Amino acid sequence: MLSALLGGVLIGLAASLFWFANHRTAGISGLVRDALHAGPGQLVSIAFLAGLVIAGLVAGFTGHASLELAKLPLARLAVGGVLVGFGTTISNGCTSGHGVCGISRGSVRSIVGTATFVAAGIVTVFVFGHVLKGTLQ
Amino acid sequence: MLALASGLLFGIGLVVAGMTVPSNVIGFLDVTGHWNPNLGAVMAGAIGVHAILLRIGQRRDARSPALSAPPPRRLEPALVGGAAAFGVGWALTGYCPGPSIVSLGFGSPAAGLFGVAMLLGIAFAQALTASHSASVSVECGSPAP
Repeated sequence: MLSALLGGVLIGLAASLFWFANHRTAGISGLVRDALHAGPGQLVSIAFLAGLVIAGLVAGFTGHASLELAKLPLARLAVGGVLVGFGTTISNGCTSGHGVCGISRGSVRSIVGTATFVAAGIVTVFVFGHVLKGTLQ
Repeated sequence: MLALASGLLFGIGLVVAGMTVPSNVIGFLDVTGHWNPNLGAVMAGAIGVHAILLRIGQRRDARSPALSAPPPRRLEPALVGGAAAFGVGWALTGYCPGPSIVSLGFGSPAAGLFGVAMLLGIAFAQALTASHSASVSVECGSPAP
């Protein structure tokens, strides 16, 4: 719980640094989209995403990499990935963009978006984990 | 480069917070089972720090983008529909875009597959929205006006 709070504080500091240094919102789904298209924000987006990958490399070398994802069935990974890419593009935000940055700014759209994806997530876990027993976790 | 440093710090935060471990996310959404409150603590820490620093920075730096930007927009069905689709995929895998990019650094093939699937979803959504070029909002990742 304490490490979760500490991690959150680091995320908040990182989002603030990015906002003041680059005047950009640290929304990862948006940065992925911007990194794919030539434009004024492409280089900055690629640099931020490279920082995320380097963080993963550091975690791997220090034994903090989670390999839990590899235990999921491939079909679920694929379907989940498509839905995450599709949904965050259509709604223009994800856990970081809507959840952290948007709510911090007081954006009503982000509050609605976050409430929606958390609610959809709760229903999904309930259906797959409890109704269709054993398909999750 | 400060963008790289921001990403590195953000990624370390995600790892420290346990957000690259799918069961932490699925556990948070499992409110009728063994509920894991950690994601709530992550969000509280991140929003608390970011919201305060944004407002302090706003007062100190006249050139800082206005917090009210982007202006309030109508709550179109795409916001709710897209967020719902994202929520289902998030719950199925325990992964959202941030942790999936960090996990590429783990060298995890599963993260690679998730990433390719995510790119397909992005391409599909962009093809779908390209036809009716609705007003694009700037909630996530776009440059602040």
